[in-house]
Amino acid sequence: MVLLLFLVSFFAFLLIAKSPIDPLTSYIGTNSTLSAEAKEEIAEHWGLNGTVTERYGAWVKNLLHGDLGTSITYKKAVTTVIKERFANSIVLMMLAWAISGVLGFFLGVLAGLHQGSVFDRILKLFCLALKSAPTFWLGILFLVIFAVKLSWFPIGMAVPMGKLASEVTIADRIYHLVLPVITLSVASISEPVLYTRQRVVEILNSDFILYARTRGENPRQIMRLHILRNVMLPAVTVQFASFSELFGGMALAENVFAYPGIGTATTAAALSGDAPLLIAIAMISAVFVFTGNLIANILYGVLDPRIREGERK
Amino acid sequence: MNQTKKQFWNRKKLIVLLVVISAAYLLTALFWGLFMDPSLYGVHYENKLLSPSASHLFGTDAMGRDMFYRCVKGLSNSLVIGLIASAISSVVALVFGVLSAVFGGWLDRFVKLAVDLCMGLPHLVLLILISCLMGKGAFGVMTAVSLTHWPSLTRIVREEVLSLRQSQYVSASAKMGHSKSWIAFHHMIPHILPSYLIGLILLFPHAIMHEASVTFLGFGLSKETPAIGVILSESMNYITTGKWWMAVFPGIMLLIVVILFDVIGDNLKKLWNPGSGNE
Repeated sequence: MVLLLFLVSFFAFLLIAKSPIDPLTSYIGTNSTLSAEAKEEIAEHWGLNGTVTERYGAWVKNLLHGDLGTSITYKKAVTTVIKERFANSIVLMMLAWAISGVLGFFLGVLAGLHQGSVFDRILKLFCLALKSAPTFWLGILFLVIFAVKLSWFPIGMAVPMGKLASEVTIADRIYHLVLPVITLSVASISEPVLYTRQRVVEILNSDFILYARTRGENPRQIMRLHILRNVMLPAVTVQFASFSELFGGMALAENVFAYPGIGTATTAAALSGDAPLLIAIAMISAVFVFTGNLIANILYGVLDPRIREGERK
Repeated sequence: MNQTKKQFWNRKKLIVLLVVISAAYLLTALFWGLFMDPSLYGVHYENKLLSPSASHLFGTDAMGRDMFYRCVKGLSNSLVIGLIASAISSVVALVFGVLSAVFGGWLDRFVKLAVDLCMGLPHLVLLILISCLMGKGAFGVMTAVSLTHWPSLTRIVREEVLSLRQSQYVSASAKMGHSKSWIAFHHMIPHILPSYLIGLILLFPHAIMHEASVTFLGFGLSKETPAIGVILSESMNYITTGKWWMAVFPGIMLLIVVILFDVIGDNLKKLWNPGSGNE
């Protein structure tokens, strides 16, 4: 597992190292007035004169010292940029993740229980359409409807324009967060709904539900004891395993709403050839996806005794 | 009367009809766009920012270009990229999947590692990295989309071949002295072809959507090319002033194309394997 993370980081490093971005210019900017000696020092520090593996080695060494270099796009240390931006993004992602998960689960259970009803059909059609809709287009639509036509919400950014950082209240932040969160939730809701629905339908058709009915259990007992228990586990796991798509959706949604998170930083870094920041973002996204998959794997064991038993043998 | 009607429109025929209609729509968009007269979406400053009307179905943009024709042209560009990208991706998937399942050993481990590696980064980040590496532009986005869509299909192919390996006729063939590669070519590839082709069709919508996303973020097709991603990112500058048609219609066109590919793929799956209809 750790090996995989290492390989992913090396792979990302290789991609950027082979790109036409010149690491030295990207580090100091095109119109820098640094002397040749200073440039040499930077090249020495990051091992820029060596092969890709040597450069990677230098990068890992600096990483272990907590030094990821300086981003020229934001004129700050990469670690500070990542810290600030990731805090914004994580709020956005976790809110959307929780909303789409919980709401999707309940809608899915409802649709599955009433399979074939009007509600089920409409929901299914709606979800299939949503699954095919690009996240950024959904974002634009919400922008048109809620920000421009109805002007309920601001058009973008995370804080009101022209306000000092010290004056920004929590309410301001929430107000600016609503539309991106809704967009991301809607964009990622179809997966849990369709998945849960299918599982519920499968379980309802299984023999043990028939048996429970013949035993005289009432619908509420069946729901609580048999359906929810069996659907919960895979639904939660699937939700954790969807971190990769969540990250992609977040990047698109942030760009639509000009929300200052990792997503906008990614595009800014890639457009201006800011190699240190780009590598750091690639790494943190890999760690993020990795964490999601790891939690999903662990949850399998915690929530399903059968897997635990299997591992013990 | 009702009885005969029911018999005529059985499920199979309905599915075929649905697939044919969807395919016809997609082909029309593809060829209409390919052979379109560029002047149709040319610049006409006299009709700037018109709202949708009979002469301009989807309205016009800030340079007076007709949005409807731009959309069709853009869709056809997207379809071409999707076609190339899914063709490349699927060949990679077929080769990797068959190799890893047939030969096993370190090859299998290598393919599994490559799949994990490719899925270890968020798809969009990987796309951005690759298109940056290739120097952005149309070629970059094409390479990025082609090189990142094989993992899921590789897994499908690998699973299928692995289960085939247990089958009697494959072991009989091996006993008769045929080599592993002979078996792979003569028994396995023909057998997995249908599910492979369906997987290929289902790759399409992903490829098209990712191309549009990357282009929207500014790493893909250049600003002058009519492409849905470009149109939508341009529209961002105008929607605040209430030019809603610039964003709504192109998105719907893209949505329809993506849904139609899903419809074709899913229905072909049902035709091929009627049992999967209950999913």
